Amino acid sequence: MLTHLDPGVFAIVWLSLQVSLTAVFFGTLLGLPLGAWVAVSDFSGRAIFTVILNGMMGMPTVVLGVIVYLILSRSGPLGGLGLLFSPTAMIIAQTLLVTPLIAALTRQIIEDVWRDYATELTAFRYSRWQSMLTLLYDCRFTLVVTVLAGLGRAISEVGAVMIVGGNIEGFTRVMSTAIALETAKGDLPLSIALGLVLVALVVGLNAVAYGLRQWSMRKYG
Amino acid sequence: MVDAKIRLTMFPIHLEHLRFTPNGRTVLAGINLDLSGEGISVILGPNGSGKSVLIRMLAGLEQPDGGHISWKGNSNPAGQIAIVFQYPMLLRSTVAANVALGLKPMRLTRNEINSRVGEMLERVGLAHRATDSARLLSGGERQRLTLARAWAVRPRLLLLDEPTAALDPTATEAVEQLVREIRTDGAKVVMTTHNLGQAMRISDDIVFIEAGLIREHTPSARFFSRPQSDEARLFMKGELPWRISFDD
Amino acid sequence: MANFFRRLILTVCSIVFVTGAHADQVFVLASTTSTEQSGLFGYLLPLFTAKTGIQIKVVALGTGQALDTGRRGDADVLLVHDRPAEDKFIAEGWGVERRDVMHNDFILVGPKADPAKIKDAKDAIEVFKRLAATAAPFVSRGDKSGTHAAELRFWQIAGIDPKTSGGYKEAGSGMGPTLNMAAAMGAYTLSDRGTWLAFKNRQDLEIVFSGDRRMFNAYGVMLINPLKYPHVKKDIGMQFIDWITSPEGQAAIAGYKINGEQLFFPDAKY
Repeated sequence: MLTHLDPGVFAIVWLSLQVSLTAVFFGTLLGLPLGAWVAVSDFSGRAIFTVILNGMMGMPTVVLGVIVYLILSRSGPLGGLGLLFSPTAMIIAQTLLVTPLIAALTRQIIEDVWRDYATELTAFRYSRWQSMLTLLYDCRFTLVVTVLAGLGRAISEVGAVMIVGGNIEGFTRVMSTAIALETAKGDLPLSIALGLVLVALVVGLNAVAYGLRQWSMRKYG
Repeated sequence: MVDAKIRLTMFPIHLEHLRFTPNGRTVLAGINLDLSGEGISVILGPNGSGKSVLIRMLAGLEQPDGGHISWKGNSNPAGQIAIVFQYPMLLRSTVAANVALGLKPMRLTRNEINSRVGEMLERVGLAHRATDSARLLSGGERQRLTLARAWAVRPRLLLLDEPTAALDPTATEAVEQLVREIRTDGAKVVMTTHNLGQAMRISDDIVFIEAGLIREHTPSARFFSRPQSDEARLFMKGELPWRISFDD
Repeated sequence: MANFFRRLILTVCSIVFVTGAHADQVFVLASTTSTEQSGLFGYLLPLFTAKTGIQIKVVALGTGQALDTGRRGDADVLLVHDRPAEDKFIAEGWGVERRDVMHNDFILVGPKADPAKIKDAKDAIEVFKRLAATAAPFVSRGDKSGTHAAELRFWQIAGIDPKTSGGYKEAGSGMGPTLNMAAAMGAYTLSDRGTWLAFKNRQDLEIVFSGDRRMFNAYGVMLINPLKYPHVKKDIGMQFIDWITSPEGQAAIAGYKINGEQLFFPDAKY
């Protein structure tokens, strides 16, 4: 099935990549600065905010799916947009899933580095904003690993995209939901084939992350 | 070259009854000091005397619990002070990028930054390493990098906190030579050390601090031939009594 | 550097807008897992799309969930199989234009060895009495679907509370997963013929009872009430409803076969 590159399978894989990559793109755009800002800042609710952010890393995907479903449903506050059961809804749900993960990990990474760099940056009169940007760039390799972690989470999850996407053939069926459906139908060969693709993707991502870390350690110390 | 006329408006720096008492401990017990705008002042004293805290306070990194620092003319001359530490912080980046670190908040054009960085790398002898990764440098090279970084800002006041304590004699000499050059360039230098030999080699005047108080502030030649305070005398003989706690 | 970012933003935006764009000629059909998993939709709907150019987004849920989706206004057309629930739905004003479409039948599947001796039962009610009497392992869908509702009606007519039967388990899932479970556990379950014919993981299961008229399972189609939800795609939704109850659509339904066997029998009156 895989070797024949069935066009249906290809469409499913391609949609998975589109949805998850887009979600991670926005998740990074929102999560990186958020995490970095919390790391270098000093506001009164900081500890509680950090705890909540860390907790949201482990948000059950089905819960997130239900929440987004209720918001996007025609009976819900944003129903007028008609976004339910579309890839856009799936992107929204996955972005909400991935942003806290990236933000929380970024916060931890930047905070550790900030402890080392704070004195000198303060001495050179860096604003918080300038410090944040400098540290984000300095930690760029570790942060790429963080983003890849977010991508892994997005592309593997099934709860949120199933609920807000509806697993509609030809429209919102992605690898994870297709595997769930085919297993339910008892069509295990297809499930396993898709499962292998998914696992290969996730393992591949991790290999890239590992290689990147090793290379950067050797080059920059 | 720092404009001599501008330099004078910042100095003398006047420290009055400066106290620092974190968590109930007394680290600075009431510092009174005047620093002129000329030469290299070395803050000399044993470990735990408060010299690091004092110099960090001059850099604006600590706030006193009592007393104040006044700068003539400008009450807080930000951007004209640079500080060099014993163990430098280096970005995961090139040597050139690290030298440019202090220039970012200064709103210079790309070209200005590049030219200053290039000039400084030449003067500290690291031009051939400009594109190398900074963290792969040796200890002596790292300190030269941090000096280049501080110098690039063209500070009126250069502060150094035990910059050569971790370096071998060759590297130490290179650093001391660069400090002299920066002084010649027109910056005021204040440096802490507990190394008598270094203090003798490099200082124009000695600020001797012990147990959180300034025991004396004397021109260098006179200090080493005839120190005025008992504590200084004992220190130079290596016989200063060990103080465990400082009560006030 | 700026150029790279510009191109990146454009690519992302185009992905988001393309994937989010609603073609005008698309509507949402909420239906049951049995119609999708039997493969009927995969066969039938492309015929409609080829003829009209209208695309259909099929959300396959249980009947109960499909009706709930309709109540929330998240679907345009429903195709479900639970007449009492459908009538209530219409009476409450959520749906309009209900029409009969087709029927298939329910069958009882179970292990070849048939410990509860279901093969000897004379009618559907006796089947369920025997299941309770022998405390035979039985997997119920338990998901408010049409199949589940039918199963509960049988228990009710037989005068038995299934939860008191020793081997009764509720799966809370669609027909496929329920059959999977029954196959794995060697249990009995009530299934629609369509899903069973398309089911590939039978292991030790086979049909042990069928044919009682009470096991016929009727499907109805309806439009979500545009007065309740003005956004409902009335025109193209009605085109579909008209088509599926037309001679052409009905013939297509009858034409769907698995292994030479017809699954669904046309019911529309025209």
